Amino acid sequence: MSKKLRVLKPNEIKVKKEIKEKPSASSSLNKMTLIVDAHHHNEAFVRSTVAAFCVPLNPSIEEINDIKTAVSEAVTNCAVHGYEGRGGEIRVECVIDTASNFVHITVSDRGIGIDNIDEAIQPLFTTKPHFERSGMGFTVMQSFMDKLEVKSEKGKGTTIELFKSIANL
Amino acid sequence: MNIKYQVANKVLHIYLNGELSEGTAQNTRSSLDNLIDSNNMVSVVFHLNGLSFMDSTGIGVLIGRYKKLKQRMTDVYVKEPTPQVEKIFRATGLFDIMPKIS
Repeated sequence: MSKKLRVLKPNEIKVKKEIKEKPSASSSLNKMTLIVDAHHHNEAFVRSTVAAFCVPLNPSIEEINDIKTAVSEAVTNCAVHGYEGRGGEIRVECVIDTASNFVHITVSDRGIGIDNIDEAIQPLFTTKPHFERSGMGFTVMQSFMDKLEVKSEKGKGTTIELFKSIANL
Repeated sequence: MNIKYQVANKVLHIYLNGELSEGTAQNTRSSLDNLIDSNNMVSVVFHLNGLSFMDSTGIGVLIGRYKKLKQRMTDVYVKEPTPQVEKIFRATGLFDIMPKIS
């Protein structure tokens, strides 16, 4: 009897824990990649998963909440603005370094891209005021993380990079 | 998001329990609008000690309700935000329009 192939539902989540080129149990670097559909249920999943992945850095509750909040903003941006609610794939890469207590998160979509990044990151700027968007997403990411980088190409997509040092007290 | 409410002395107390972000924004918005539209009050107090997480999408939902209530001359206050919610209120200046009361 032939074994049936399992067809993934559109909203199913693929989790892949990547193996580094030279896997070493003693390396201070650890990397994870999540690929999820831009479905509103996945935002909570991604922020919780990234926060859990950062636990080896011994973050404080405040630092964990900072990471969750910034990731939530980035993932919401992909779904609401990048894909404009039509769905698509969101890729989240997370690298932690337990030697330098550092976390680097990359969130990218292949959506419509941003016209003017300088304008987009201004507090209160939003292209969708009629949907009650606050225009504070980038402001929140900037104030909750140490550094934010935004790269975008019209029609190709947007990549947001978030950086944070963990105090590890 | 679990929402409970009570009206006392013309004050509508709304208790938000859960997370307010993209996944819960739409339901929260319509529940809050139902509450606001079906009650007569002079002010609204959001009790936030059960709100474990909020992001800028949640800010948008609260500002939307604030604008609606302001048109009816109804004041809006918040009470007991959790540390994460307190931080996002501060980062976005939301306490300026929805003062925190004890």
